[in-house]
Parts: sequence; C-alpha cells; structure tokens
Amino acid sequence: MEFKHTRQGYVDGLLELAEEYPELLVLDADVAKATKTVDFEAAYPKRFFNCGVQEQNMLSVAAGLALEGYIPFASTFGVFATCRAGDQLRNSIAYPKLNVKVGATHCGITTGGDGASHQANEDIAIVRSLPNMTILVPGDYEEAKQATIAAAKFVGPVYLRFGRDKYPLIPEIHGGFTIGKAKVLKQGNDISIITTGIMVDEGLKAANSLESEGVSVRLIHMPTVKPIDKEVVLNAAKETKGIVTAEEHSIIGGLGEAVAGIVAEEAPCMVHRIGMQDVFGESGQAGELMDKFGFRAKNIIEKARKIMRN
Amino acid sequence: MLKLGSMEKEKTDLLKEKANGIRKDIVTMVHRANSGHVGGSLGATDLIVALYYQIMKHRPSQPDWNERDRFILSKGHCTPVIYAVLADCGYFPKSELETFRRPGSHLQGHPYQPKTPGIEACTGTLGLGISTGVGMALGAKLRGDNHYYYILCGDGEIQEGQAWEAAMFANKYKLDNVIGFVDRNYLQTDGNSEDIMPLDPLASKWESFGWKTYTMDGHNFEQIVDTVELAQKDTQPVMIIANTTKGKGVSFMENEVNWHGTPPTKDDFENAIKELENGI
Repeated sequence: MEFKHTRQGYVDGLLELAEEYPELLVLDADVAKATKTVDFEAAYPKRFFNCGVQEQNMLSVAAGLALEGYIPFASTFGVFATCRAGDQLRNSIAYPKLNVKVGATHCGITTGGDGASHQANEDIAIVRSLPNMTILVPGDYEEAKQATIAAAKFVGPVYLRFGRDKYPLIPEIHGGFTIGKAKVLKQGNDISIITTGIMVDEGLKAANSLESEGVSVRLIHMPTVKPIDKEVVLNAAKETKGIVTAEEHSIIGGLGEAVAGIVAEEAPCMVHRIGMQDVFGESGQAGELMDKFGFRAKNIIEKARKIMRN
Repeated sequence: MLKLGSMEKEKTDLLKEKANGIRKDIVTMVHRANSGHVGGSLGATDLIVALYYQIMKHRPSQPDWNERDRFILSKGHCTPVIYAVLADCGYFPKSELETFRRPGSHLQGHPYQPKTPGIEACTGTLGLGISTGVGMALGAKLRGDNHYYYILCGDGEIQEGQAWEAAMFANKYKLDNVIGFVDRNYLQTDGNSEDIMPLDPLASKWESFGWKTYTMDGHNFEQIVDTVELAQKDTQPVMIIANTTKGKGVSFMENEVNWHGTPPTKDDFENAIKELENGI
C-alpha cells in the first residue's frame, strides 16, 4: 500500500492549476515547508507571498487580493486559520463571500507530536457555522489534489482540510470529485458508515470486516462536509438501521452532528459518532493517537454492532 | 514642509460647504436610526470630503471602474460619514440614507462591500481594513495599476496587532500605492487613548515599521490636499497622522467621548442641526 501526504496533494493541485489560472496566487505564513507550498514558491516565485507569522494579516490580505480579482490560496495550519485568524476568516472572507481558498494543513489528531496546541480538532465546527463557506476534507493524496483543483474552479470561499501525516492511497475514492457530492463506496442495507477525510481508510476496513461476518454495509465517503450531500444521508437513514459517522475531528460540530441534524429532522435513526470525545489531544505518533482516542476500524465496528443490536 | 494655501479660496469654501452638509446628514442618520457612531464620523468628515471631492479619481456612475482610487474605511464604525458622502456623490440615492441600520437596508452598521455601491471592503472589526487594503494594493502592484489605496484607521483601532502585521507587510512589498491615515482624536470608546493603551510616539512607530509619515491638521483642507500630494510622490507606504477633533462641528459633541456611540436625542439633534446651519 502506498502512503502519501494529503498536503502534497494540495500543492501538486496548485502546480497543476498554475498555468491555466494566472490569477491564482499562493500565500503562506512561515510554514511553507510544512504546508508544502514551498514547491509552488520554487516554480512560481512571483506568485508566492510569504506573510511571515501573520495568519490574521494573511487572511485579510487574501481577501484584498480576491477583491482585486485574484484567486488567493492562503495556507497555514488549521488551528491558525480558524482560531488565531477566526475573525479574519469570518469578517474578511465568509461575510462578503470572497473567492479566497484557505488551505489548512496539520488538522486532526494525526498531527501527532506537536500535541494538542497544534491539532485542529474543532476547525470544521468553526467553519461549518460560518455562512457562505464550503468545506472540503479529502481522504488521500489524490483526492486532495482533485479537491484543490475543484476549489480553484469554484467561485466562493473554500476551506480545504489536510493532515500532516502520510496516509494510504485509497483507489476507491479516486476520480469523479464534485463539490457537494458524496461517494457511495458500498451499497449495503444493514448499517451505514459515513466517513470524511482520512477516516475513509478505517471505514473501509470496518466495512470489509463487517461484510465478512455477513453484514451488509452502506459505506459513504463525504469529502464535502459543507454543503453536505443531504440526499445520500437521508437514503442511508431510511434504508439502513442506523449510521456510524467517523471523522478525525471533535464529535462536536463536525460531520457527525451534520448527519445527526439531517436525520433528526427528516428520518430519525440512531447515529453514533467516532471522533474526539470533547477532549484535547496530546503528543504521540499518529498511529498511537488513533489507537488511544478511538479512531480505528474496531471502534467503528463496535458502534455499528451497538446500533444493530438495538 | 507643507506648502500651505495652494488651493483657491473658492475651492476650500466649497469643501467646507460640502462638509457642513455631510455633517447634517450624519447627525440626522444616527438620530433617525437611534443607533450609530456620530462622534468619529463628524471628526473624519473633512478628511473624507477632501478625498472624495478633491483628491480621488472615482466615478460614482461606475463604482467598479478599475482605474479608480480606492478608499477603505478601516474604522468601519464610522459608516454615517462614508454613506453620506457616497450618496451625495451619487453612488446611490440620498433617500436611502433614511434606511441606515434598518432591516433590509444595504446600509449596514458597518461597511458591507457586496451590497453598497462605492464601499470597497468589509471592515469594522478593527484591523481588518488596513490588512485588506494592503492586500488590494499588492494586487494592483502585481498588475501594474497606478491608482492609490487610501485607508482610514482610527487611533484606537491601531492598538490591534493586526494593524502592525499589515504595516510590516506593506513595507516588505514596498506598497507605495498605500496612503493611510490615522484619525488621531485621542479618544476611543472607554476614554483617552493614552490612558487606555498609549499610542504615542505614533509617527515614529510607523517610521520604524518602514512607512513615511506626515502629520497634519485633519480639518484643514489645504493641508489635507497638500499632504496627500506629497505622499503620492513617496516611494514607500505612507501614514498620515491626521490630528482631528472627535465630534467636530457640533460644540457639545466635540472632544466628548460619550458621543462615540451614543445616538443624539431629539433635543440634541435639533440643537446640532441648528449649530451646523449657523456654522457656515
């Protein structure tokens, strides 16, 4: 199995777009090596702007560039893009609905060793609550690249969420990336598993394992968390016994609550959420932390069984 | 040294007359809405009038004309003055000023760029406007455009760290198309700026961040016009410290911090209008 950085998918997407979109600019806030935008800088130095350790200024500058007709991709870590520069994201970008793309890396528990201060586990919740925002959470390198390309072609503010680690390539999710559309990977009818981002890998493992026990699984990958694919969620709610959501994010305000909100209003069923259980993370290797905080296939299976027993 | 008195008397009289009319609109709007920021708006009136009626290239009939100079109201709470000026210039009908801060109006409490013709950026949470302005100015430089970005900051506003981030950024990218102003009235919501969070020596702060500075009387039209003319020739970003009086033009509002965000009562309103009518 091949492993690659989703953040590399981001910059490779930008490089692929650069010639076709001369108005595309890339900004970074002194983490260009970490976000990988350093590759864009090397190829297009005049279209790259390192803002230094100034996330707030960077997002408002990006808004200014969008007002002048550019397509700025502002790149930094998820915690800085949403918490440190939350006002700028809200009032400079989301409120006027400007064509700014925020490329947020180092999101989720797999950020690892830097610890809780740098693990964005609430960024989706913050951005989801802002009107006008689109949120893309790709599942691997290839989808990260496709999401970046789709974001550039889409007019409006987009939050792109990437991790720090290398994640397995998942051929099942390659191709056909459309903003707002889920990818239904398995069409079973007993239980639904809805994942976003890199949790698609654990979702697949869980689904395969359940299938080997004779359980028919509906596996849905949701690379667009907002606007969410409501129809696919409702079908899952109506056609299976319940839904397990899995996201590398807090269970508060993310995919799980988005799904629960939809089904609660129109097709009530049980929804169990895999994610950070309202706690901060800690330092450790990505895999160790996924084990410790319950982000594994076995955790998904446990929830699925709980629903089916009900 | 500023060369003073270069403008003809007729011209300054005309600007004074304009400013007086705008001040009446400001007091009227805030009184009618029973909400809004009258003191800072009155204090910034002369500067904004000088920009829109004498200094800036702009086309009210074509708000998105690319060659226009841009004005960004970074002290976004002072919408009454910019709305009054934009309406008077013809960006939208003057009757719409009556809808200020009312549901359904495009005249929001703080500037909302997508809806209001002539408004260049969403500002109002402080520090955003100057950053957005330098971002726009960078965009113009990349294209080789020659217009200017006039950015008006409040003095209290630049206590925000973001303002100084923008200051560093403008210096790095040599944004000589940025001409900023600090509306230096020494008053902010809770009192005197030097008690709340001292800003002086203000000019040397900006100079140490790589900006050229000028200090002028923000109510003297000749000085405003001459200073901006000098600033346009500079090859670095410029910050002009405009010494102003908060509440300027209405005696009982001048230098009174309580007029920062308090709307005038009926009596205050009538007295203010009477004073402004006699004031010219």
